[in-house]
Amino acid sequence: MKDSICVKRKRVSDYVMYGLIYACAASSVLLLVGIILYVLVKGAGQINISFLTNVTSVLRGTVGIAGNIVNTLYIIIITMLIATPIGIGAAVYLNEYAKPGKLVSLIEFATETLAGIPSIIFGLFGMMFFAQTLGLGYSLLTGSFTLTLMVLPLITRNTQEALKTVPDSYRSGAVGLGAGKWYTIRTILLPSAMPGIITGVILAIGKIVGESAALLFTAGSAYTLPKGISDIFTKTLSSGGTLTIQLYLSAQKGEFGIAFGIAVVLLVIVLLINAATKLLTKKFDVNREK
Amino acid sequence: MEQKTKISVKDLNLFYGENHALKNVSMDMKENAITAFIGPSGCGKSTFLKTLNRMNDLVDNVKITGQVLLDQEDIYGAEVDTTTLRKKVGMVFQQPNPFPMSIYDNIAYGPRVHGIKDRHKLDEIVEESLRGAAIFDEVKDRLKKSALSLSGGQQQRICIARALAVHPDVLLMDEPTSALDPISTLKIEDLMEELKKTYTVVIVTHNMQQAVRVSDDTAFFLLGEMIEYGNTKDLFAYPQDKRTEDYITGRFG
Amino acid sequence: MRLKYEAQLEGLNQELVNMGSMIEKSIEYAVDALVNQDAELAAKTMKNDSRINREQKKIESTCFHLLLQQQPVAGDLRFISAAHKMVTDMERIGDQAADICEITLTIAKQPYMIDLKFLKKMAAETIQMLIKSIESYILQDRKKAEEVIGNDDVVDELFEREKSELIHQIQINPKCSEQAADMLMVAKYFERIGDHAVNIAEWVLFALDDHKTE
Repeated sequence: MKDSICVKRKRVSDYVMYGLIYACAASSVLLLVGIILYVLVKGAGQINISFLTNVTSVLRGTVGIAGNIVNTLYIIIITMLIATPIGIGAAVYLNEYAKPGKLVSLIEFATETLAGIPSIIFGLFGMMFFAQTLGLGYSLLTGSFTLTLMVLPLITRNTQEALKTVPDSYRSGAVGLGAGKWYTIRTILLPSAMPGIITGVILAIGKIVGESAALLFTAGSAYTLPKGISDIFTKTLSSGGTLTIQLYLSAQKGEFGIAFGIAVVLLVIVLLINAATKLLTKKFDVNREK
Repeated sequence: MEQKTKISVKDLNLFYGENHALKNVSMDMKENAITAFIGPSGCGKSTFLKTLNRMNDLVDNVKITGQVLLDQEDIYGAEVDTTTLRKKVGMVFQQPNPFPMSIYDNIAYGPRVHGIKDRHKLDEIVEESLRGAAIFDEVKDRLKKSALSLSGGQQQRICIARALAVHPDVLLMDEPTSALDPISTLKIEDLMEELKKTYTVVIVTHNMQQAVRVSDDTAFFLLGEMIEYGNTKDLFAYPQDKRTEDYITGRFG
Repeated sequence: MRLKYEAQLEGLNQELVNMGSMIEKSIEYAVDALVNQDAELAAKTMKNDSRINREQKKIESTCFHLLLQQQPVAGDLRFISAAHKMVTDMERIGDQAADICEITLTIAKQPYMIDLKFLKKMAAETIQMLIKSIESYILQDRKKAEEVIGNDDVVDELFEREKSELIHQIQINPKCSEQAADMLMVAKYFERIGDHAVNIAEWVLFALDDHKTE
């Protein structure tokens, strides 16, 4: 007698596996939600306009993180302005121009290694080289240069991966029409790789926002606002503490209210970054059929 | 009616490193005719097609000897500008490969590469090319939409239109319908009949019935050599070389 | 490769050979029946013609399906096209044999008043032509086919001589005129059989012609 297809077989092992996997998923989600809720509960009370727009000053009796917010912005902008073109350029060279061989393998190896070095070592290097040797001292510029070194491999790698996924058929098609190499890269390859590039950029920004060890030795901890238009550029030469640095310092001093307040702000920033990633990659994805 | 020779190949040899991929190929291809290359996988027909617009230049370690004369000028000469060459000799590939941009931008890509910026001129060229590829009516209302939103057969016709947009003399087609459904295939075969009135068409096909249906002359390749070349009906009804007969009757793959 | 196709081509070949031997027999029996005034044999041979007709339909269908299914080219295409045409001529030969038998049924009732000398010669000649044309097909022998085509004149000449002889017979002996008229028709049938054998040989040449410059 052949097995009837209508009889359902119950397998106990399937149910057990299903239960275990479900438990794993549930616990990771619960853990994440738990942390976020804890931070929000502890810090939400701290958030108000005054907190966000004022600078902590004994003289004026205010408590606020405006200075830190500005410093964070400075670091992000300067770092990305330097790292992005260099990173993309390196990736384009490696993927489109360089012949596969020892040199390329060496560069790729170096990039991989850089990506794995603990950030505090970058901080040390930054302190010795940018701060002391180049004479920049504790400053936003020193911090930015240091973070550039950290973030460069990230951008290069993401851009390279993105370029690798661009089908070769585009390249053939463009060459078949008479297009030169750089023209093809500019008009087809880079636009097509845009989602990957944007991902790399945003990951880099995320890393910058969360960075503490490297900035501790390089950018310092001051939190004054620029004094005027002319000061906007000169401020880069003076020290400035980012949100993350301030969180560390406040927690150290026992000012947990401020620390959790900053934590909430940072969480909001991370949320916004994720949302931005989704939005931007969707908008710039030329490979999607419209 | 005497037909002019558009492309004349003399003693062409191609080496991929040590591999002698094309051996002493010589043939004349007629203007305003469809010439087909047939042969088993790996026989060199696609490689040979690519020598006609120097696409092999992109591959490392390739050595080519012999001559390929386009209108009596050797395309492998020292003074040859490959950009101009590829304007004169266009190519359509096996997998439709429209760029990830709008239909309009796809067609306008070639002309823009060659310096045409004027909007009106580009509009003209785009319409002319889409008509030439028998697809204008289907897409005229959505030129700004991404070319990737079209079906496979439509995409391939867009690629043909894109190749036509630079006003080539010769159109090379590497198995242009092998990735398409039967109806799209037949549409493109009809298109080829039209195209040959204005252009010289060279196609590589592994579909022998297609070669019989569509081409005026056929060349049979085997292991890098061109075994037989002649009028398509004659070659298929009265093959002169036993290897040709064995291949076309399916006695070997 | 293409094992099914090869088997189908071999099958077609076999069917043609069988048909060839069927019509050979038909003619031989028809001649025997005529010469020996054997009405029974004539009737049997006539009945057999329906088998020949069925065989023709079968071979035509085989050719049609081969063209449809296998898209033959080159030598295969020429062979299948030739086969398709050859069976028509073969079937006609079968019909002529049956027609001869039909006449035999009427004239066998009375003794012959006319000498069958030329008729026997025609019979022998056309049977030879038929056998040769079928052999040329089986052996793929160009020369044999050409010989058959050359022989057509011989048969035509024999027909003219038979015709004169019969006319002469009618003039000297009006009583045999009915028999003579029937004999004339039989002679004509033999001449037609010769023509059909020539057609078969011509199709064999078509199948074998590969346009090669030797």
